[in-house]
Amino acid sequence: MKIESDPLVPVEQRYQPGDRVKVRKAYPLGHIRTPFYIRGHSGVIERVCGAFGNPEELAQQRSGDPKQPLYRVRFLQKEVWPDYKGSAEDVLEVEIFQHWLE
Amino acid sequence: MGGLPAGRVEPTEHDYDEWERRVDALMVLLSGGKGGRRLMTVDELRKNIEALPPDAYDRMGYYDRWVTSITQIMIQRGVITTDELGRKMEQLRGQTRFSAATEEGRS
Amino acid sequence: MKDGGNYQPYSYFQLMEVSLRELLVEKGIVTEAQVAEEVEAMRRRTPEIGAKVVARAWSDAAYKRKLLEDGSRACQDLGIEVAALKLVVVENTPDTHNVVVCTLCSCYPRMLLGIPPEWYKSRSYRSRTVSEPRAVLSEFGLRIDEKTKIRVHDSTADMRYLVLPMRPAGTEGWSEDKLASIVTRDCMIGVAVPKPH
Repeated sequence: MKIESDPLVPVEQRYQPGDRVKVRKAYPLGHIRTPFYIRGHSGVIERVCGAFGNPEELAQQRSGDPKQPLYRVRFLQKEVWPDYKGSAEDVLEVEIFQHWLE
Repeated sequence: MGGLPAGRVEPTEHDYDEWERRVDALMVLLSGGKGGRRLMTVDELRKNIEALPPDAYDRMGYYDRWVTSITQIMIQRGVITTDELGRKMEQLRGQTRFSAATEEGRS
Repeated sequence: MKDGGNYQPYSYFQLMEVSLRELLVEKGIVTEAQVAEEVEAMRRRTPEIGAKVVARAWSDAAYKRKLLEDGSRACQDLGIEVAALKLVVVENTPDTHNVVVCTLCSCYPRMLLGIPPEWYKSRSYRSRTVSEPRAVLSEFGLRIDEKTKIRVHDSTADMRYLVLPMRPAGTEGWSEDKLASIVTRDCMIGVAVPKPH
């Protein structure tokens, strides 16, 4: 029997700081807070920010529940941009919702 | 928008006009801040701005986009209707106090 | 783009603002007083608030640790209302320089810095800071050494960012007020560094 999860309970946190994650490649319609430039790239969880309402749903006048874990993910600039000019250690840190990570 | 080619950053400052500050204030109040009734979210604000055609986006000022988005949301949510808005705008356009309001916008 | 200093005929969007506000007041959604009060509250939010936080962190090592660990809580301790869980403070060190951008719109720690400047919202800043931060910083007159790593923070969701600049040499023994006076808005975004007078 499928048990419906309570929309008021945040989705379970899957990642910890230090975990290596990849941002999903997907290009759906609607309001999305995962920038185009970072989709498909791999990085490391820098911190867990907490759980927040899903902006994709909030934008459509829905509640945004259940709250989704949000992470700051750290990427190496040289891995994101093919002709990056700068230090090999320069990083880019982006907030990404769990459902965009794998 | 990140990573797209673009020109030099011009370090422009902007002394905001009263009407722009009022748009910002309306946004805060309508999002449920400062005792306002929550009738919109910042996510809806962003979504409606993202829905603007690219040429319109570039032609419009920052608060032009905001007031357009907020007004769209109020219509989408049924707080006001298109008809009410149209009638109100035409009513105001004919009034002399309209030019007084313009004076207010000057620094 | 309008220039606020010149007389301009009322624009369509200004007409929309007045119309929208009147309709909302007529319907009892907001009052003129509420709007006016919030406009005033916004005027009072200036980068001086953020500068006080930085000056306190420079003067008090325990406060600095707290600020870096939980930015919102540390600001609340100074009586500054910042939404819970949402302020991330990032520290500049001799080997790391931080800079903040919002590529998707214009997210900004308004409670600490006021309304963002026009350039922060520009296509140029939003497109290029993530992909060529060193070039963008040099356009602001800030050259970052090759040996110093740059961390760019893209404010894409619920967090807001404040850069804690390095306390410059030559400020030993300064009061918090004096320290705060050299912390500009641009230092807290990361496109400038504080300079002792």
